[in-house]
Amino acid sequence: MTIKDVEQQIVEEFEIFTDWLDKYEYIIELGKSLPIINEGGRDERNLIKGCQSRVWLAADYKDGKIIFTADSDAIITKGIISLLVRVFSGRTPKEIIDADLKFIKDIGLEENLSPARANGLLSMIKQIKFYAIAFASNK
Amino acid sequence: MELYRSVNEIREQFPALRQSVNNRDLVYFDNGATAQKPLSVIGLLNEMNSGVNGNIHRAVHELSARSTKLYEDSRTTIMNFINASSTEEIIFTSGTTASINLVANSFTSTFIRKGDAILITEAEHHSNLVPWQMACERTGAVLRVLPVDENGVWRMDLLDTLLDNKVKLVAVAQISNVLGIINPVKLIIEKAHLAGAKVLIDGAQGIVHTRVDVKEMDCDFYAFSGHKLYGPTGTGVLYGKKSLLEEMVPWMGGGDMVGTVTLEKTTYAPLPLKFEAGTPNFIGAAAMGEAINFVNRIDRNFEKSHEEELISLLREELLAIKGLHLYGDSPDKISLFSFNIEGIHHSDLAILLNKMGIAVRSGMMCCEPLMNRYGVTGMVRASLATYNTRKEIEVFIESVKRAVRMLS
Repeated sequence: MTIKDVEQQIVEEFEIFTDWLDKYEYIIELGKSLPIINEGGRDERNLIKGCQSRVWLAADYKDGKIIFTADSDAIITKGIISLLVRVFSGRTPKEIIDADLKFIKDIGLEENLSPARANGLLSMIKQIKFYAIAFASNK
Repeated sequence: MELYRSVNEIREQFPALRQSVNNRDLVYFDNGATAQKPLSVIGLLNEMNSGVNGNIHRAVHELSARSTKLYEDSRTTIMNFINASSTEEIIFTSGTTASINLVANSFTSTFIRKGDAILITEAEHHSNLVPWQMACERTGAVLRVLPVDENGVWRMDLLDTLLDNKVKLVAVAQISNVLGIINPVKLIIEKAHLAGAKVLIDGAQGIVHTRVDVKEMDCDFYAFSGHKLYGPTGTGVLYGKKSLLEEMVPWMGGGDMVGTVTLEKTTYAPLPLKFEAGTPNFIGAAAMGEAINFVNRIDRNFEKSHEEELISLLREELLAIKGLHLYGDSPDKISLFSFNIEGIHHSDLAILLNKMGIAVRSGMMCCEPLMNRYGVTGMVRASLATYNTRKEIEVFIESVKRAVRMLS
């Protein structure tokens, strides 16, 4: 599956929700699932600080693919992170650099990525792209 | 003059309150950040932008004369509102932050030397902390900090050990933007004056929720914004005692603040223009006076009893929520409540409340040291204004409970 395919899959999953309540309940469920960051990954080194919530992001480069793990102290942020990890993790740097992330708008969550929210998600996406660029130039 | 004596009459003046957000009637509980504007303020802004836009103090033409009059009338309104002695003591700025920075630059360069001290408290907004850190770096002065207790109340028992003759300035908030506690400013002003220090009061919240009389308070500086007081954004005032303002050197140079200018030497304009370099936000400043006219039309007794009613209802309802912790629970409090609920992240709660049409603040609220004091990464804050209702509190509380059920 390509990144586009996974994005499409997520969009279809969200299509069944008719109101915001169901949608956020689903995101909260995603957020409540087990910690998705590697053991010891929730430290200063991986911290992306926001005024609202904190995000931790770790990246490992294996066999030409980047494995992302991430976490947050806020459940809704964490739920959205789990979607981002689902899309980006296990991809090559080039796939990540080329991704446009249109699905976030399609599922109606773009408000959570506005700079006003200061929840670290926007910085997290930037950081994911930086990792991709860094790993791409190191190979 | 007919006074407003009911919340309905007041609400009618605020078009912004009559809107849906996410398909619900808006409940606006973020007044501590900024308040909505009444029709009279919106009207004056429109009128001036449409037909009275002439640069002030500079020209002989009619538009300039009219806007200069509106600008200077507003200065008089503000002087009366806070009971200052003359219009020379009212400096227009862009807001509380700019007012504090003015003092942090002009006062310190005239009165503060290496080895002197500036005293603040642990509960200050970043706007009343960072300018002093910068001033200390520039002058070699030392920043001293009065701690607060678990309830957020100033540790006045420690004041004597911090307030000696090295302290040249005390800069403190009349009301904390996080805790909503009305601080004992009169007492600290008295003690500071005995120690030979001047006092700046950050009145960003205080000007909205108390009757400020700068003469009675005897502060040396009082800083506040227009936009929290139903006026336009980008407006504010620095009140300063005339004798002090006269001694201080301006920190910004430009047009309108000068006496005579030659390439060798410039003399400054008399007060208050000495501190108003450049074209000010004269339309905003005039509308800030209009906002004060609006506040003056609210019956004082109604305003007071209404706020007391909102405080007691909101406090009672919040405390009934399981696991809810209120910060700054004190009898001397305005209608502003910051809290956390056990196991619930402040930002999650605020996101879901927004989905239910409710505007609250979450996060650090520009008070990182105070967040550290309580060992939290943020809080949720509901801050009410005189146009908020009991019914809105009920909707708010039901929505909080619903969000908690979703998040638990």
